[in-house]
Amino acid sequence: MSESAIPYMVKPHPVTGIPNGKFGIWLFLASEVMLFGALFSSYVLIRTGMPHWPPEGGLSSEVLNVPLATLNTAVLITSSITMVLAWASCKMGKLPRFRVWMGATIALAFVFLVIKYFEYTHKFELGHFPSHDNFYAIYFTLTGLHGLHVIGGIIVNSYLVGPGTKMWATDPEHFTNRVENAGLYWHFVDLVWIFLFPSLYLL
Amino acid sequence: MDAVQHEDVSKHMGKYYVVFVALLCLTAITVGVSYLHLTRPLAITVALIIATIKAGMVAAVFMHLISERKVIYAVLILTALFFIVLLALPNLTTFEHHSGMPGT
Repeated sequence: MSESAIPYMVKPHPVTGIPNGKFGIWLFLASEVMLFGALFSSYVLIRTGMPHWPPEGGLSSEVLNVPLATLNTAVLITSSITMVLAWASCKMGKLPRFRVWMGATIALAFVFLVIKYFEYTHKFELGHFPSHDNFYAIYFTLTGLHGLHVIGGIIVNSYLVGPGTKMWATDPEHFTNRVENAGLYWHFVDLVWIFLFPSLYLL
Repeated sequence: MDAVQHEDVSKHMGKYYVVFVALLCLTAITVGVSYLHLTRPLAITVALIIATIKAGMVAAVFMHLISERKVIYAVLILTALFFIVLLALPNLTTFEHHSGMPGT
């Protein structure tokens, strides 16, 4: 290990009992809870202050595309289990299987974004941009930020299944920890969607 | 990878699949309930309860929170407290507004 290397990336830190990378990702997720929490809080404030929601009338489930969002929920849930299976494959020392499951996770993330693209373009065709009203401002902000997180996950997971795999040959335990940390992030992205879906589309 | 680790992971695989199926079923229930056109407060309560159960399953099983170190629990308890404050803030401001208290 060189002097500049971050210590306790594989072995647990004596104080926390977990590797530094894992502790770091949990702290990051805690900050993410506050980021989405602030936006969710704003959503509650704006919504409770409106006489009708959506402002133009009707129901959220009539204005937004529930079947596509339900499909997207299933896609994200499936990508969560493929991510777990990718990590489990590393734990069991099966790199080729890891590649398959991680590849599936990335593919499902793309499917999610493609479905979102169709949802967005349909809204734009109707002239419903974020500036249209509070409903669309909140819809695009929350789903947009979540979409950016999906893109972030794709980048990290692509690195792990691509050039990052080199680490497997020299330090498989460290590599497995990286996959676990990426997995924690990915499950969080799924978790945020689990709340966004009913809040925005169904209620 | 040693044999102990191998066994450790493989015995959890069944749990992952059970949670996966449960999450899909709960998603279907959430959507199904929305077609019942319940009253707004009841609909919000039911949807948030189901979402919380789903989130709990993801966190406990997929994120392994069910068997995590104390330091992670400490971080999450602190986060939950701040999150509650964050959600309560708008309610407090609207309460002041409705009761006509100064500074609103």
